[in-house]
Amino acid sequence: MAVKVLDFWASPYGVRVRVALAEKGVSYESQEEDLFGGKSDLLLQSNPIYGKVPVLLHDDKPVLESSNIVYYIDETWPSPHLMPASSYGRSRARFWTDFIDKKVYDVGRNIWMGKGAEVEAAKDEFIDVLKKLEGALGDREYYGGDQFGFLDIIFVSLSCWFPTYEKYGGFKVEEETPKIAAWLKKCYKRETVAKSMPDCQKVIEFVGMMRKMHGIE
Amino acid sequence: MAEVKVIGSWSSPYTRKVEMALKMKGVEYDYIEEDLKNKSPLLLQHNPIHKKVPVLLHNGKPIVESMVILEYIDEVWEGPAILPKDPYDRAMARFWVKFIDDKCIPPMWKACWSVGEEQEKLKEEAKQGLKFLENEIKGKKLFGGDNIGIVDHAANFIAYWFPITADFVGLQRLMTEEEFPNLYRWADDYCSHTFVKENLPDKDGYIAILKSRYRSIIIWHYLSLINYVTFLVRSPHAFPIYEYEFK
Repeated sequence: MAVKVLDFWASPYGVRVRVALAEKGVSYESQEEDLFGGKSDLLLQSNPIYGKVPVLLHDDKPVLESSNIVYYIDETWPSPHLMPASSYGRSRARFWTDFIDKKVYDVGRNIWMGKGAEVEAAKDEFIDVLKKLEGALGDREYYGGDQFGFLDIIFVSLSCWFPTYEKYGGFKVEEETPKIAAWLKKCYKRETVAKSMPDCQKVIEFVGMMRKMHGIE
Repeated sequence: MAEVKVIGSWSSPYTRKVEMALKMKGVEYDYIEEDLKNKSPLLLQHNPIHKKVPVLLHNGKPIVESMVILEYIDEVWEGPAILPKDPYDRAMARFWVKFIDDKCIPPMWKACWSVGEEQEKLKEEAKQGLKFLENEIKGKKLFGGDNIGIVDHAANFIAYWFPITADFVGLQRLMTEEEFPNLYRWADDYCSHTFVKENLPDKDGYIAILKSRYRSIIIWHYLSLINYVTFLVRSPHAFPIYEYEFK
């Protein structure tokens, strides 16, 4: 049964899919999309509404939206379980996934795309978001409890853009939310995460290029 | 016996879908009406992040966000399935739920409360979303197939609340039968489903809520239709009553 992922190297949402498939030991073919030069026909056919990556193709059937893809991966290849064992635990994971999806990347984007006072406001909002997520972690090893799990994948994937937000927002994740910084260090030691994350310095350069494209610098 | 409570808002489509799901599973629950203008300590304690309804309390533990609640109900209680069993079908259902919530409902709702060019733009945006839904419902009785599923629940605003609101504010030509015949038929099938029709808020009651909650924006809305006032009126975004306070 063939698995293919339409991806983009810097996409934090693509990282989620890479980590989840690696955790399950599923081999797949990765197709890098040129989001600026021209999206492939396969991408546009597979995701006609949004035209976005990542897309997982399982025997040519497309699964869209990264959180959805991770749910699908967990349900299709059940071992090892990524979602918590209890229904209540799973509802918490779904809640925080929804929160992360709505807040982290978009608020972060306002930091590096913003001008003047917008940047400061976005930075304050971002730190508030991080503090809420730090509260959700509490004193546990991982969001999954003792084990690295679903919510850890959903959140850690976005962290490859944190140095970018730190640079343009003028703050440090470690100073604002030390528990999150400690949790990140733990996650980065995991092989599935380390091999799936893009080089954060390259992401900063990529964002610099996008800022120039949008006339911000 | 397990204790189940719902903190909700009578007129809210998000509260109603949770109640319908519980009733379809045959689950007894206590209902607590929340005064959204004066939020209770109970709500703020159980949903500190969003401070919104509905909230499901199961043995004292809170579950929030209506789609998260529906998935929880489906897992915990036996009865008609809310989500499909097959992982691929579940992925498609979750996709459509998010699409409806992100791309259809917000511009439809906002279009009801805006005027002029802003309204035309929102109508266009909403229609783009509805076109995809129109295609998706073709050949199906309900989004869930023969039975009501999570996507039907996600779209309940489109089936019932939107036509009443649009009619009330005089919004025309957003979701017409000519342009969206399949969605029109689905809305009718959904609202006349035995289960749904017994659990919808009555039309007059809902209109009364619209009148009282949005009195100021309705006055502004009609004033701004008078030409000589329009240039004095600031952007619609001066009125923050776009956010519906339930999710």
